[in-house]
Amino acid sequence: MGPITKLLAQRISLGLLLLLLVSIVIFAGTSILPGDVAQQILGQSATPEALANLREELGVNDPPVTRYLNWLGGLLTGDLGTALTSGQSINEAIGRRLSNTLFLAICAAVIAVPLAIFLGLLAVRYQERWPDKTISATTLTTISMPEFVIGYIMMFIFGVQLRWFSPTAVGYRPDADFFTRLESIALPVMVLTLVVLAHMMRMTRAAILNVMQSAYIETAELKGMSTFSVIRKHAFPNAISPVVNVVMLNLAYLVVGVVVVEVVFVYPGMGQYLVDHVTKRDLPVVQACGIIFAAIYIGLNLVADVVSILTNPRLRHPK
Amino acid sequence: MRNLDPAINKTRQKGGVSTTGEKTMNDQLKYYSRMVTKGLMTRRDFIGRAAALGVTAVAANSMLATASRAAGPQKGGTIRIGLQGGATTDSLDPATAANQVPLMVGRMWGEPLVELTDDGGIEGKVAESFEGSDDATIWRFKIRNGITFSNGQAVTAEDAKATIERHSGEDTKSGALGLLRDIDSLSVDGDTLVIGLKTGNADLPYFMADYHLLIQPGGGKDDPTAAIGTGPYILKSVDMGVRFVAEKNPNYWGDLGNAETIEIIVINDNTARVAALQSGQVDIIDRVPPRTAGLVSRAPGVAVNTTAGPGHYVFIMHTDTAPFDNNDLRLALKYGINRQELVDKILFGYGSVGNDTPINASYPFYTALEQREYDPDKAKFHFDKSGHSGSILLRTSDNSFPGAPDAAALFQQSLAGAGIELEIKREPNDGYWSEVWNVQPFCTSYWGGRPTQDQMFSTAYLSTADWNDTRFNNEQFDQLLVQARAELDGAKRTQMYADMGMMLHDEGGLICPMFNDFIDAHGDRVDGWVEGVNGFALMNSYAPLRMWVKA
Repeated sequence: MGPITKLLAQRISLGLLLLLLVSIVIFAGTSILPGDVAQQILGQSATPEALANLREELGVNDPPVTRYLNWLGGLLTGDLGTALTSGQSINEAIGRRLSNTLFLAICAAVIAVPLAIFLGLLAVRYQERWPDKTISATTLTTISMPEFVIGYIMMFIFGVQLRWFSPTAVGYRPDADFFTRLESIALPVMVLTLVVLAHMMRMTRAAILNVMQSAYIETAELKGMSTFSVIRKHAFPNAISPVVNVVMLNLAYLVVGVVVVEVVFVYPGMGQYLVDHVTKRDLPVVQACGIIFAAIYIGLNLVADVVSILTNPRLRHPK
Repeated sequence: MRNLDPAINKTRQKGGVSTTGEKTMNDQLKYYSRMVTKGLMTRRDFIGRAAALGVTAVAANSMLATASRAAGPQKGGTIRIGLQGGATTDSLDPATAANQVPLMVGRMWGEPLVELTDDGGIEGKVAESFEGSDDATIWRFKIRNGITFSNGQAVTAEDAKATIERHSGEDTKSGALGLLRDIDSLSVDGDTLVIGLKTGNADLPYFMADYHLLIQPGGGKDDPTAAIGTGPYILKSVDMGVRFVAEKNPNYWGDLGNAETIEIIVINDNTARVAALQSGQVDIIDRVPPRTAGLVSRAPGVAVNTTAGPGHYVFIMHTDTAPFDNNDLRLALKYGINRQELVDKILFGYGSVGNDTPINASYPFYTALEQREYDPDKAKFHFDKSGHSGSILLRTSDNSFPGAPDAAALFQQSLAGAGIELEIKREPNDGYWSEVWNVQPFCTSYWGGRPTQDQMFSTAYLSTADWNDTRFNNEQFDQLLVQARAELDGAKRTQMYADMGMMLHDEGGLICPMFNDFIDAHGDRVDGWVEGVNGFALMNSYAPLRMWVKA
């Protein structure tokens, strides 16, 4: 197990280094945004006196390096600071928002990942015939449409016309029971599934087809195995690495890229929270969201790397 | 997000019962509408039968509303309202409230000293009565006897004094500060708050109706975000930018508030808000997009309500910056805009034409000026006279008002008809209010309006005003403004405001092509909408408190 442990340690420390670099980029990037928080809080009703008072109170007059080091110190001790606009603890607010976003992402993933892989296998099985073509055409159509368009179409058909599901997620509330919550996010989950399906499905199909060209597949076929068994026993295990990579990429997307879907369906997740605070130039919150998103992205890619290594004997036992 | 402005509205009559009304038809309709109210006929059936009698759906709906209002308000139940204009970054401190959701939340738990009445007058809330001295420099507000805050504490004149102090102090960040600069002294005389002004102001009670000035215990100096006040409801749960739940305050002094529970849900997305209303997830929504309002009003079980107000969309020029410092150039641009076309294409008819002053018929001392029309020849004449050559740069963005870039393009075309070249620069929404508005010499913007001429002029056209976004500087105008403020003779005051309007119309940097209507909507589970209420959208933001769930 020696080399594997070493490899893992290497990957994880690289990930942490990357995260540190990202934190610098996030801090620098958010600091050079135009406008300032005091102006944004007061909006058009800002008088010069009120502006000066608020700036002083918010402590936005310190030099940037000092603010960065303070912020990094807070991060390392698990304290994300307080929001400038509302004066409330960011940890608490983000904790609630993040769990909402994860709930939505997990529900979408539970449907999308198995469905994508199954459709991918089906497409390979009936390669170049009508099931393959239908699956490809449908998923490519849904991925080509912007999320909000699919969202509005779903909302109109299933929410307003047929009334099968609630058109917005306003029924999603802290005191609602589990099934009410599931019902209220049915449409967003559907939209997210349609959006990530094509990528994963195409990648599964391509990876398995690639393996199917190999000589040992021909051998298996000559042994008289059925096409599905060949795919399941010989082709799929060898295609896991690229598939896991694309699945992880899409999972990361489900967490960090759902801003538009959350806004359209009025879902109280990270996306809406981030957008509100960007508009108000509330930098501590924007930075906290940025670093959490970066950590999730890097973390999931790390998992993909590790899974690839563990499933690939060539990487597991490097010469 | 921009601030909201108190406003006075006037109902627009849309549709109407056909004038050929025979007695029999009316009787039949009345009979049907009573049936609906009693639950013996569905709303849809009623509209269908009314249509058979030659009555439009809009008229039929309003007859229904009349019939069930006659049945009287019902108590109890839950009203859910979906609103635009709330963010996770909002605060419960009424001083920093700046858009629809914080305003509505404030209406639940708190009250100002006084409030606008439906027809634009003033009535007492926390103050039972008020009176001004003859020169309007001393104002006395008598605090309502025996009322309590929601924490059980009695309301005193000291609390009212501390509240006004907090909003007018040197270190305040209150949005109401601008209104309160003229206050000279605050004192308490028993159960009465006495406000002394530097100069007389006949409109002071209107200032006290400002939605920031909710009376809080100790003025809210210790804990401005406690949401403890004298309002008809008490906040039970608060999730900023998502949802607020308020329950009836059992100790409320008045009879405002019909539903047992009011739920305010933030739905910023236009399509989602309309869908939520259509599917019955919410009962009332604000800001139906003008583009789709016609479609929405035809949907079953939904009524769209429009209210005319003083809100207006503007193109503003800095009168102290070249080339806009030349009045002929300003006149050229004013003659070069096609106002009716903008009302039709940008507001989809939900509004009225402006006349290059911020004042319309919704203001108390209004005099109509001669309407300025689109006239390419006059525009060309004034443009040539100004001696300016080359194009003129206009900055715009989507959030300066809905459809602003389209309006700018229409303006460009109508000016081209006069041989004037307009160059449009599209600015990002981000930072528009800090980098472009009130900074660049020519841009698009909007105003929500104010309840009185004095407030509107003092806020944006007095030469020393912070938000003088046209850099209008006219000594005579400033003098008239101060004189009119203390003038208690209505006729003289009307004449003064007419003169001031004329100055802005002829010399100002304001191009005001249109006044926009508020467009709200409600579902058929609730009733009690009142047409033409003064102030903000949604019946001056009292809709969920004054409407009721149908039994």
